[in-house]
Amino acid sequence: MQKTYYDPADLKKFGKISEWNQELGDKFFEYYGKVFEEGALTAREKSLIALAVSHTEQCPYCIDAYTKDGLQRGITKEEMMEALHVGAAIKSGATLVHGVQMMNKVNKLEM
Amino acid sequence: MATKSLHKRESDLANSNRQLEILSNGIFQNGELPTFKSKISETNQFPLKAKKLEILQINVGYMCNQVCEHCHVDAGPDRKEIMTRETMQQCLDVIKTTGAHTLDLTGGAPEMNPNFRWFVEEAAKAGIKDFIVRSNLTIIRANKKYYDLPEFFKKHNVHVVSSMPHWTRGKTDKQRGDGVFDKSIKALQELNAIGYGMPDSSLRLDLVYNPSGAFLPGDQASMEKDFKKALKEDFNIQFHNLFAITNLPISRFLDYLIASENYEDYMYSLVEAYNPAAVGNVMCTNTLSVSWDGYLFDCDFNQMLELPVNSKVKHISEYNEALLEGRHIVISQHCYGCTAGAGSSCQGVVA
Repeated sequence: MQKTYYDPADLKKFGKISEWNQELGDKFFEYYGKVFEEGALTAREKSLIALAVSHTEQCPYCIDAYTKDGLQRGITKEEMMEALHVGAAIKSGATLVHGVQMMNKVNKLEM
Repeated sequence: MATKSLHKRESDLANSNRQLEILSNGIFQNGELPTFKSKISETNQFPLKAKKLEILQINVGYMCNQVCEHCHVDAGPDRKEIMTRETMQQCLDVIKTTGAHTLDLTGGAPEMNPNFRWFVEEAAKAGIKDFIVRSNLTIIRANKKYYDLPEFFKKHNVHVVSSMPHWTRGKTDKQRGDGVFDKSIKALQELNAIGYGMPDSSLRLDLVYNPSGAFLPGDQASMEKDFKKALKEDFNIQFHNLFAITNLPISRFLDYLIASENYEDYMYSLVEAYNPAAVGNVMCTNTLSVSWDGYLFDCDFNQMLELPVNSKVKHISEYNEALLEGRHIVISQHCYGCTAGAGSSCQGVVA
């Protein structure tokens, strides 16, 4: 058993999840592949969304994968960092907007 | 940024045998990854055989005004290997009789060969259908004596193919050297000004994109769209096609992969992206590469690895198209670079 939770080499083994449930694994990878195809959004735009979400999900595998994917698509460092800030803004916004709930509660409870 | 070639630095990797050793040892020796030979054998594509010759690619010398980080030629100002007029004459004799439709001049910076213009003038007379010069663009701005190159290319209806790793200054200069981006932009504008690369113009101007790091090129068509949009908006530059080329793990790029500890991951990426459909159209099957001293190779990469053609004919002076057709292509693990994804060749994707 490995001594760390994450091993970069495990990303290459992602496909193996189908071995323990072929049907659902196949359906997932088919869906996944379809999602990233060129559509109303370009594959490039989807790559940037995936990069931002990879960070908000804090998935190291996804961060590795979509950083490399971005480079392959000619996405610049500046574009990548801007995309991350979108994710970070939503994360912090999601925290702070709950402040309204806090304020409501305080206002209700305080005399 | 490197300023000297591996040869000048007397690097271990300047030795082609050392490169071939690295490509055959480690992950390929212990079976972690399949060798190229065993991979193409899976689909009965071994041995890879040369088809009818379509492209004659001539390397007129390794001298260059740039020292790009990824250069598979290990070219630079300190390289002195230059094709002589005598060897050029031997090439011309072949050009006049060959059935090949494309003549492709490369280097180094081919324009730095002192007999370059004479050779182009003579070769243009032979009336080959597509006459390519692979220009690094900055050479046009490097010295006064090169300023009229665009006009010279136009006069001989030369098809210009130029490297441009990105449409932004940062990424371009990191790979190719400080100031390369601005000079390249200026050169492209000059080429546009005399008609090169304009829509419907018969003066062909294509760009070559290759990744500036340890990753594979993205989809050629989407990259072309992005390049066209950015170059037009930012600099009012137009060009015809973009060729996305994969960096092969040899010479300076191999040196970089090893030094940056990316070698194994990169080889994994290449093997994972292996596309059997690309194998049938790899450029070695329709191209012949001639070195500065007149020797024959299956491709420019094999030339740099000093892997000569597997044929009785070894030199341009003894050229025989019939004997060369059907020859077995010499392969090693670097060949995965040409079969990854949509494939890669000097003319871009192949599958």
